[in-house]
Amino acid sequence: MTHPPHVRETRSPAPVPARPQGPPPVPAPDEGRGKAWREGAERLRRAARTEPGRLRLIGAALALAVVVFGAVTAWQGSDRYASADDVVGRGQTVKDTADLYGALADADTQAATGFLAGPTEPSDVQSAYRGDIARAATLLSGLAENVAPGSHSAALIARINGRLPVYTGLIERARAANRRDLPLGGAYLRYANERMAGTDGILPAAEDLYTEQSARLNAESGSARTWPRAAVALGILALLLLAAAQYRNYRMTNRVFNRGMLSATVACTAVLLWLVAAQTAGDIGLHRADRDGQQSLVVLNDARVNALKARADENLTLISRGSVVAADGRTDLYEVDFGAKTAKLWADLEGARGLADDAAGRTPVLAAIDAVATWRERHAAGSRASAAGEFARAREEVNGRGQTSEQAFARVNTALATAIAHEQDEFTASAKNGRGALAWLWLGAAVLAVLAAVSAILGVGRRLSEYR
Amino acid sequence: MGHASGRLRGWGGVTAMGAACAVTAALTLVPLSHHGTGSAGPSAAPPVHRVEAAARETADAGAEADCPSTGRPAEASLPPSSGSGPTIDKMLRREGDARKLIVGVDQNSYRWGYLNPATDAFEGFDIDLAHAIAKSVFGDANAITFRPVSTKERTTELANGSVDIVVRTMTISCDRLKEAEFSTAYFTAGQQVLAPRSSTITGYNRTLAHKRVCTATGSTGVQELEKDNPYGAYFWDASRNVGHNPDHVDVDDLSVPNQLDCLVRLQLGLVDAVITDNALAAAQAAQDPAVELKGEPFTTEYYGVAARRGADDLVARINYVLEQYRSGGADSAWQKSYDKWLKAELGPTTGPPAPRYLPGA
Repeated sequence: MTHPPHVRETRSPAPVPARPQGPPPVPAPDEGRGKAWREGAERLRRAARTEPGRLRLIGAALALAVVVFGAVTAWQGSDRYASADDVVGRGQTVKDTADLYGALADADTQAATGFLAGPTEPSDVQSAYRGDIARAATLLSGLAENVAPGSHSAALIARINGRLPVYTGLIERARAANRRDLPLGGAYLRYANERMAGTDGILPAAEDLYTEQSARLNAESGSARTWPRAAVALGILALLLLAAAQYRNYRMTNRVFNRGMLSATVACTAVLLWLVAAQTAGDIGLHRADRDGQQSLVVLNDARVNALKARADENLTLISRGSVVAADGRTDLYEVDFGAKTAKLWADLEGARGLADDAAGRTPVLAAIDAVATWRERHAAGSRASAAGEFARAREEVNGRGQTSEQAFARVNTALATAIAHEQDEFTASAKNGRGALAWLWLGAAVLAVLAAVSAILGVGRRLSEYR
Repeated sequence: MGHASGRLRGWGGVTAMGAACAVTAALTLVPLSHHGTGSAGPSAAPPVHRVEAAARETADAGAEADCPSTGRPAEASLPPSSGSGPTIDKMLRREGDARKLIVGVDQNSYRWGYLNPATDAFEGFDIDLAHAIAKSVFGDANAITFRPVSTKERTTELANGSVDIVVRTMTISCDRLKEAEFSTAYFTAGQQVLAPRSSTITGYNRTLAHKRVCTATGSTGVQELEKDNPYGAYFWDASRNVGHNPDHVDVDDLSVPNQLDCLVRLQLGLVDAVITDNALAAAQAAQDPAVELKGEPFTTEYYGVAARRGADDLVARINYVLEQYRSGGADSAWQKSYDKWLKAELGPTTGPPAPRYLPGA
């Protein structure tokens, strides 16, 4: 409230000092407030003419600087803590969206696997499908509570919620037709797959949701890691003021120490060090969570979904058997898609290998890379059999017992699950460390700043008492 | 956060207004533009010429007119012969497991060429004929290797020798004669309408007005519709990106990659009718008792067995097999196969098309 007139005063030429012999100053047009301000300034100036007055002013300035420093530190510290806390919480939400994405992709893969097995679906595949749908439903209702109402994420959740029952209905139709050996079942399965994985389908919505929540996590991590520059600057300013006041005190009195001001200096230094240390530790924790956890998780989750999509495509090559061709008009669409998905999977795994920061993270990624190579070989064997019209052998290569695509895919999936669990643990541990570092800063800053202000006033008061 | 969502709402309003404008514009403009492309007037654009050319070709085949390249009807084939020649001799020299006829077939056409997942065996009308040819060439109906080929691969697989013959609901046409040799016709097919039994649609006529018709991308059915769409059906030709449908009808439901996908849309109530050739329509009807073929076929096409160009001895032998296959009236092998696979949906038949032979070859 005192700012506007203050600014105005510094901009306008210095007012003429009110000397008794001089003529009264010409009143400015905006006389009212300016006058009050000038009267206040005049009183200060008069007070500054005597040493006790000057001391009082110094004491007030010191106390003000220290209190402002403490308040800003407490505010920025609690703000950073809140952001770090959001990072830990958001990490769980991001994990849930990744799990949702994975469960939906897995449901589609299980549906195709069971379908390919023939009119009687294996009961383990059926129960895996049911489990995926149930898990997706649970995750969706949990996520709906954790995203802001009216946000884009909420719209995505609503879209998935609306389309999932339609998808499961289509799968049941496909199963019913398959049970009667009708090729129509394959057409329904393709249609359902399109609703799940197609451009406007459920999986792209789940992917958007995951991307959006990851971006929000990054934003929250970024705001927690932003240096509280204002607090640091104010801390340095408060320390400089204290130093100057003590130097002046030394010059005036030849006393080296003023106990009050000294303890104020110590308290202020403590707050500043605490602030720097907490921010640094928090920064390191959150940076680790991002570098060692989150970045790996993004590529690993992508790899998991690409593996599942490729597996669904592989089954669909045997279900559609060339009845849907790619853009070139010759190659089987799902064969082309399988190639594209495994290429993406490969790239993801190479990325994950680069990001893996320890042996525990690297081992499963290397195992997954190895399994993908095997998978591609076996898939090629299946494709050759399929092209030769040996459907039974092709199915055996892809879904039979022993050295099959199925088994290689299962290895990929297991290795990825291990890698994801490891990185998720790293993320959570590091993010919690980061949050812990910032935990009590706000309280410490507030208490120490009050102590410092009181000490400074007492220190000045001691000098002041010498004038009575 | 609150600020951001406030801004989103603001943009949502702008988007909604934009969408409303777009919808209004589309509703007023689209019908006009469709009238423009629908009428084959002097202002017709190049794609329409292309469509008409394709359509004329189909009509030519139906009318059994002469092909410009050969000066003979497309259906005319080499006279039958039970003898052999270089192609058959080469096939007979195959040893052991390879001593088989390699036949390019479809594995997804129910009742025609279908790999039954329950039995892992190929079955259907085309497959029966392939067995008859194998019996004639190798003396064993099961001396046969089925190789699934896609529609576009049929002629290339023949040319590079991966398959000996193709028996795959393949229409004889002047264009294809440049890439393959055909036997005499073994089946008369035509485009036909398929709709729910309860539907008001009675065939390829004015009952199709404002009905959503599903076709396979690039199929003869959509080419027929595109000629002039005389009955005002809603359809979409994805390969040329033209068609006629109101905004609320999704083009992805009108134009699909495979004809069987049309039955999915029909069952889900996303379209009112399907236009495909009657052979495939029959296969669809066989899978859904609630739909049936409506009216009569409105085009005429002939299916033939294809062989590599120059394999004259093999073509003459196939024609010989077909002569026997067709003979015997109601007791013929052809009739028995028809009764087994097709009669239920296509109804009684007047028998196979009469063979036409090239003079003096």
